[in-house]
Amino acid sequence: MFPNAFDYAAPTSLDEAVDLLSRYGDDAKVLAGGQSLLPMMKLRLAAPAWVIDINRVPELDGRRESDDALILGALTRHSAIEWDRDLDADYPLLRETAALIADPLVRNRGTVAGSLAHADPAADWAACLMALGASVTARGPQGDRLIPVEDLLVDTLTTSLELDEIITGVTVPRPAGRAAAKSLKLERKVGDFAVVGVSLQVEVGSGGAVSRVGIGLAAVGPTALRAREAEAVLMGRPLGPEVIREAAALAAAAADPASDRRGSAAYKRDVVRVFVERGLTAVQHRLADGQALGA
Amino acid sequence: MHIEVTVNGRLRSADVEARTLLAYLLRDEFNLTGTHVGCDTTSCGACTVIWDGLPVKSCTVLAGQVDGGAITTVEGLEQDAQLHPLQQGFWDNHGLQCGFCTPGMLMTTYALLQRRPHPTETEIRQAISGNLCRCTGYQNIVAAVQQAAARLSAQDAMEEVQA
Ligand SMILES: Cc1cc2nc3c(=O)[nH]c(=O)nc-3n(C[C@H](O)[C@H](O)[C@H](O)COP(=O)(O)OP(=O)(O)OC[C@H]3O[C@@H](n4cnc5c(N)ncnc54)[C@H](O)[C@@H]3O)c2cc1C
Ligand code: FES
Ligand code: FES
Repeated sequence: MFPNAFDYAAPTSLDEAVDLLSRYGDDAKVLAGGQSLLPMMKLRLAAPAWVIDINRVPELDGRRESDDALILGALTRHSAIEWDRDLDADYPLLRETAALIADPLVRNRGTVAGSLAHADPAADWAACLMALGASVTARGPQGDRLIPVEDLLVDTLTTSLELDEIITGVTVPRPAGRAAAKSLKLERKVGDFAVVGVSLQVEVGSGGAVSRVGIGLAAVGPTALRAREAEAVLMGRPLGPEVIREAAALAAAAADPASDRRGSAAYKRDVVRVFVERGLTAVQHRLADGQALGA
Repeated sequence: MHIEVTVNGRLRSADVEARTLLAYLLRDEFNLTGTHVGCDTTSCGACTVIWDGLPVKSCTVLAGQVDGGAITTVEGLEQDAQLHPLQQGFWDNHGLQCGFCTPGMLMTTYALLQRRPHPTETEIRQAISGNLCRCTGYQNIVAAVQQAAARLSAQDAMEEVQA
């Protein structure tokens, strides 16, 4: 199988890449890891006239840390995160999530930003990064703009990016308090997309009361979702079985799954409840064991 | 488009259409048919090759992307008519039956041993989780990789003693 014929450009600077995109607009597609775009092109579900390969743009590589955030370059591969134990100290949810994506070969190519731009509702990064309150930086001809992941994802396979915008990086805020995290994914087999995915991180203040919490849900709606009501009920309270059950029920109510060959809507909704309960319970134990910040 | 790429240590070039995939560049242009195409949909790992140090599915990489890069295929494992310890491990342990998945398995586990010379059984199983085998049930593949890991570290120890 091979894609429709196209013209290929491999810009070596960000300006050149943005330039090409604004020139070809609707006719062009950015190629990052290619692990979603190329399969779609081979199946002829996508047939861009131009492929703009951003893998030779040095500005998009690597990552840096500021006082209050981690900034991942757009070309950060899933496996680069999976293998970097140093991240666990401040960003315990990242490695947990990376290791659950696809299979090790796909993880060597697929990028965090590409996953967000693809906007598959079953993707793992979107739920994780929503839970962490992350944003993307998009560069267009007019310059940069910062878009919270929640606002980036508009609908299935649809983002709020303009046709001539490239995601240059993903900004993940550093937790202010003690934090612990858990990612859970139900999959039919290794390498499959989630039947249901739940990514959550909890921060607690000195008294043990929840000071920030993010709960992201994958594969149970037209985009990844954030379980806002469940988060609200946890705020200001210490984690315990009762409030955890309450939050789990609210998260299940927030889910909006569809019945398909991976399971019925009712089943998926109940898995959300079970996963949120398990995830928060694991986080409670990690915080109690002083195992927080790293898990 | 014109491509120059180092394949198994040798610089090669080709003129191909932009839509040519790496697996077909290797098989059709360079005649390196050890790289197999199984599913052609990014699912089976039979087409795995090493690109600049990392194993990837060559059915899901454009030939143009590897211009200037380095590829290792299964043909690059054997040295001086000697099977690589991984290949010998597959031979000794019945790590293959039909052999269709084997080139991909070899390249994935070759990269694993470069990164982690002493992998645990779990690490081996996780590393090959993107490579499907319809015959062996994986047990003997794991045994083959364990044997190769042991031989390679024994070889390294010998070289250190001799140095
Ligand atoms: C067998 C298989 C199993 C998989 N399983 C999972 C899974 O379990 N969970 C999961 O989350 N994902 C899974 N994936 C998808 C994988 O994670 C992809 O890598 C990811 O979704 C897309 O990232 P990419 O870098 O490969 O993007 P590409 O395929 O290169 O691009 C995808 C889309 O995003 C656009 N794009 C890419 N980068 C940018 C950018 N910087 N700015 C603007 N637009 C951009 C492209 O134009 C394209 O439209 C799987 C893929 C395969 C093949
Ligand atoms: S042929 Fe490439 S993954 Fe199956
Ligand atoms: S030996 Fe036949 S598929 Fe693995």
